Amino acid sequence: MASTHELIAGVFRQESGRILAGLIRFAGSFDRAEEAMQEGFAAALARWPGGGLPDNPAAWITRVAQRKLVDAARRERVHRDMEAELQRELEPAAFVPAVLAHETVGWPMPPEEGFPDERLRLLFTCCHPALEASARVALTLRTLGGLTTPEIARAFLLPEPTLAQRLVRAKRKIEQARIPYEVPGRAALAERLASVQSVLYLIFNEGYSTTAGDSLVRRELCQEAIRLARMLAQLLPEEGENWGLLALMLLHDSRRDTRISPQGEPRGELVPLEEQDRSRWDQAAIAEGLELVERALRLPGVGPQRLQAAIAALHAQAATPEATDWAQIAALYARLAELVPSAVVRLNHAVAVAMSAGLAPGLALMDGLGADGSLDGYHLYHAARADLLRRLGRAVPAAAAYRQALALTSNAVERRYLRRRLAEVEPG
Amino acid sequence: MRYMFLIYSQEVPEPLPAEEDRAIRQGHRAAMEETSRRGIFRGAEPLHPTSTATTLRHQDGRVVITDGPFAETKEQLAGYYILDCQDLDEALEWAARIPTACAGRSGCVEVRPIQAMKPVADGIHA
Repeated sequence: MASTHELIAGVFRQESGRILAGLIRFAGSFDRAEEAMQEGFAAALARWPGGGLPDNPAAWITRVAQRKLVDAARRERVHRDMEAELQRELEPAAFVPAVLAHETVGWPMPPEEGFPDERLRLLFTCCHPALEASARVALTLRTLGGLTTPEIARAFLLPEPTLAQRLVRAKRKIEQARIPYEVPGRAALAERLASVQSVLYLIFNEGYSTTAGDSLVRRELCQEAIRLARMLAQLLPEEGENWGLLALMLLHDSRRDTRISPQGEPRGELVPLEEQDRSRWDQAAIAEGLELVERALRLPGVGPQRLQAAIAALHAQAATPEATDWAQIAALYARLAELVPSAVVRLNHAVAVAMSAGLAPGLALMDGLGADGSLDGYHLYHAARADLLRRLGRAVPAAAAYRQALALTSNAVERRYLRRRLAEVEPG
Repeated sequence: MRYMFLIYSQEVPEPLPAEEDRAIRQGHRAAMEETSRRGIFRGAEPLHPTSTATTLRHQDGRVVITDGPFAETKEQLAGYYILDCQDLDEALEWAARIPTACAGRSGCVEVRPIQAMKPVADGIHA
């Protein structure tokens, strides 16, 4: 039997994002809302152990927090009235009317059966393009992910004061420049949604790809990103890209246990897709991912999330590396390159061509990409070229390319992989 | 909330071709008319080029006057708008409709919220 404290901790994990989102909209301020939510949870810790949990714990905490906000607003109003006209245009004008306006229509008591879900609005605020990119990630994790500042700092290997400062600056800009709590209108939705999706993918990728730091924290980041992507898809279900993003994360995540070799963990070796033990892929995650890809592709439009999810689905469906439908993957990468003209996408396209149409045409395509020298400083270009040269049996140029790749990356796991390959092609 | 839209453009020595100049003027007129019609227009003015600028600095208790803008950058302040918008999203929508090439060929608009100030004397408001 879980203790009341554990139950309250559970409510915090599950519901704090939703409670906070509602309070931020109510108060018009992140800081006041966070403070009020803390008071709400403190009240729960004091009251619930005796009387048991209320039917709707999140609504209970919200009500307590709102009462605190209204009390504070009333006090400020009294104070304001004393300075009446001097204060006419002064802060915190944006804060007080929002709260007191609710009061006049029957607030602060929200209906017992529940309270509105404001998380989608808040997600768009946290991922607003007017905020610095790294602040979007941190703010999303802090407000909707329920992660603490030290947890986020640890996950991103940043000093805690740096991260705290970043959060303060972002929150201040939201309030001072009045970045709205709104789901953008039709005209801006596609672009703003892409910004939200890229923030969620960054969170996932930080957990999935980075190899430094605590592996438990990284695992938590992936789970958090999946949870947020699921929330986004459920709140805006008509957007195919949302389901595509969730499917993409699930399909990548299904391979989490096989992509780093178990020897010497947590600093194991990167295991390439073709060498992974497919029997250990998470079949439940794959099944859900495949179903969601189907669903995403039935919705109107096409976009980078869905195309990448479709590629991940083809890999997940192949029982052996040889059974991979590389021709289809090459076609999907070609389409993706039209939408996202990035070097990684074009390199992956060349690899897929090499695996389907032949190593030589694939290598020719790759050499064409690098002909202008623009990829010379990019380690993945040399690593991908080296792999094709190795498969073609051209050991000497393969070794040279592996060495170039090694010179350009400091990632320990990637270096170990490259060194192992280099040893294979170097005459021993 | 009032926002100031600072228009930064590249300054070019020769006058713009007549057609381009006309398009820019029309763009500004459209933006001013539309925002006036909606009651959110609070002001807009173009500036003369930075060749006319004079910069004053306080150095070691002395006033030092120099010819030119405060910094030599590729893009220079060319004019401003003040509009009263609901929030940053509305401000950004208008920012996209303000021509930025008023005295040059390319540029950008910086959007900044205006801080409310206490009135300094009766009848004078910020």
